[in-house]
Amino acid sequence: MAIEIKMPALSPTMEEGTLAKWLVADGDDVRSGDVIAEIETDKATMEVEAIEDGKIGQILVPAGTQHVKVNAVIAILLEDGESASDMKLPTPDAPAEAAATPVTDDTNPSAETAQVAETEVETEWSGNSTSLTVRESIRDAMAEEMRRDENVFIMGEEVAEYQGAYKVTQGLLDEFGSKRVIDTPITEQGFAGLGVGAAFGELRPIVEFMTFNFAMQAIDQIINSAAKTLYMSGGQMGCPIVFRGPNGAASRVAAQHSQCFASWYAHCPGLKVVAPYSAADAKGLLKAAIRDPNPVIFLEHEVLYGQSFDVPDDDDWIVPIGKANILRSGSDVTIVAFSIMVGRALEAADRLAEQGISAEVIDLRSIRPLDSATIVESVKRTSRLVTCEEGLPFAGIGAEIAMQVMEQAFDWLDAPIARVTGKDVPMPYAANLEALALPQIDDIVAAARSTCDGFKG
Amino acid sequence: MTAKAETKRKRGPGRPPKTVISGVNDMPPTKDLVAMYKDMLLIRRFEEKAGQLYGMGQIGGFCHLYIGQEAVVVGLQSASKPGDTVVTSYRDHGHMLACGMDADGVMAELTGREGGYSRGKGGSMHMFSREKNFFGGHGIVGAQVPIGVGLAFSHKYKNEPNVCMTYLGDGAVNQGQVYESFNMAALWSLPVVFVIENNQYGMGTKVTRAAAGRALADRGMAYGIPGKQVDGMDVLAVRTAALEALAYCRDGNGPYILEMKTYRYRGHSMSDPAKYRTREEVDAMRKQHDPIDQIRELLKNQHVDDSRLKEIDSAVKATVTKATEFAQTSPEPDPSELFTDILLPLTDNKLVAKV
Repeated sequence: MAIEIKMPALSPTMEEGTLAKWLVADGDDVRSGDVIAEIETDKATMEVEAIEDGKIGQILVPAGTQHVKVNAVIAILLEDGESASDMKLPTPDAPAEAAATPVTDDTNPSAETAQVAETEVETEWSGNSTSLTVRESIRDAMAEEMRRDENVFIMGEEVAEYQGAYKVTQGLLDEFGSKRVIDTPITEQGFAGLGVGAAFGELRPIVEFMTFNFAMQAIDQIINSAAKTLYMSGGQMGCPIVFRGPNGAASRVAAQHSQCFASWYAHCPGLKVVAPYSAADAKGLLKAAIRDPNPVIFLEHEVLYGQSFDVPDDDDWIVPIGKANILRSGSDVTIVAFSIMVGRALEAADRLAEQGISAEVIDLRSIRPLDSATIVESVKRTSRLVTCEEGLPFAGIGAEIAMQVMEQAFDWLDAPIARVTGKDVPMPYAANLEALALPQIDDIVAAARSTCDGFKG
Repeated sequence: MTAKAETKRKRGPGRPPKTVISGVNDMPPTKDLVAMYKDMLLIRRFEEKAGQLYGMGQIGGFCHLYIGQEAVVVGLQSASKPGDTVVTSYRDHGHMLACGMDADGVMAELTGREGGYSRGKGGSMHMFSREKNFFGGHGIVGAQVPIGVGLAFSHKYKNEPNVCMTYLGDGAVNQGQVYESFNMAALWSLPVVFVIENNQYGMGTKVTRAAAGRALADRGMAYGIPGKQVDGMDVLAVRTAALEALAYCRDGNGPYILEMKTYRYRGHSMSDPAKYRTREEVDAMRKQHDPIDQIRELLKNQHVDDSRLKEIDSAVKATVTKATEFAQTSPEPDPSELFTDILLPLTDNKLVAKV
């Protein structure tokens, strides 16, 4: 029976990749373990090995093909004694079908991108723009700021020669050299503290954590040294530093590697905390963060890295920290979200529209300072509020927003505020449990409906 | 006191350092000795006064006195050059005075007044002076060490000919981030002198009960960082060691460790009855090794007469009295100060969110 060789998933969040190169041709004999192809993921170039002995019957996806979905059949391997006539070729549509297996349907990037395309990336921008991934936009922001200010440097694990564990720092070492693009040992507390000292020494460090989970090793330096020293020094010791990296739920990596830290850092005076969704905001906010004289926690999302958005063609594109963005206007309910939840909120708004509910969607972009004015003004129009976050409910961002809205717009509320959050459990590994633990589009729809049902009209 | 030549020995890996610097080759000029004496005496008198004010309830919270350890920071500072930076932990009053910070401002910070270096918002453990290159004053044991390495990193990045003197105690040497710092400092040849002030007790725990292995000066051995033990009660030995260490760092050789064998006469903090050691132990140290007695003897041998010494004593006393009065009369910070200095304002309009 001929064996199908499928596009492998080479990282927890990989959905597609480029088939860069075949190292075998039709008719070649291969042995288990032989490298047969090279695949470029959004993070790295990886080798694909044969998993069985046999003969390459037919290569179905030629070298150089981009956007090959995970699980698409890329070649047929014939076992001993089989010939080409034994091959049952998949129908042309099959690769696409096979690919439609993301963990949850809401991680489908095309849907989110399409939704954002309907709205303006930033109301003030009317010039040209280019489609960039969030990953590229973050890299561009760093490169532009490093060109602008020689005191800006980036340090972290695998940021230089490896080109970034998530390829975010790709190309920076080549342009700026090892003085300014610095591979650190695996020593989060040490290099976070070193960064703080360098910031006290009037440099402008960008400290990358491979993920924010590992920043827990360094949280003493972030809070006690970076955030508090300005106050404790009577205003003398500014600490212009950016701590950045992926935050939030990755895919199938369980509790220690899958967590949102927004509310942890937002709790602390002396820090600014931002969590962009789109590439345009990621770029504009990161540039603002690097220029900010204060420590900024810049929360990225691994699942968003590969998603594309229009980004203004402007080396001076800045999105001010502390300003939310209304992505979709609505009259019945306000949905507030940040980071990856913005995409889910937009999709939920589509579904709600089909059910006759007009939802306004606000992308917070900044967690601290929080643009409560924009939220409150929206609530005064809609009288209903749903907050969305991937993080945990207890003392979460939703809890804070609910309190602020109660303080500032109690009389305008027509229903209790609803919150959509991750479940109050450590992140499980099993696919079904993980999906249950994470807030889904349906949860947002249900929460929005709960605020409207029985109150509408 | 005898001026004993420092014995230099080549140290192979795995061997403990045999070199204990306990003397000096070249005697500094008398005016420098006088300056060191004055600085050490100022720290002693300042700390004694701080202890009194604490007892009177005028200083609150934690207050860690430096009495007994004066030779360490004064010896180091006497060897430093303009632009060198200093960072330490919370037993920091002596370091600030040795860096040339004004006694008025330090004392007023202890009393939590507007005239304090942090305008009353930092207290004993958190004071800073950019002007004097003193970068704190940090309250978390060991956390100042990576910060010091970061300051050294900035010196190197900006091609400054300077060194960061990073002080830590014998308690801090067991913190993990100290070794993360040693590793990066050695890996990147950063100009930092790690000054381990081994006063023999981390709070109430004798160093031998907390630190495995041999001398603390050896703690950098795995990273190839040279380390020396120094008689930290002898300001000239400290100065000699500091000159050597600072020159080594300034020449681009990377970090250096100095273990200062010193002693604190008072408890860990004001609330520590110090039951973990005997009265006799403290008295023996005071009588036989007091750093200020030692340098006073030295000055007498250098023909600095009693009247000159008395003059210095009076001047120091006057400085402390003035600082105390300032610290008692400076007003408490205005209530509006509660909400200042949390974030620096944005000077670039483009960054300002128009909400």
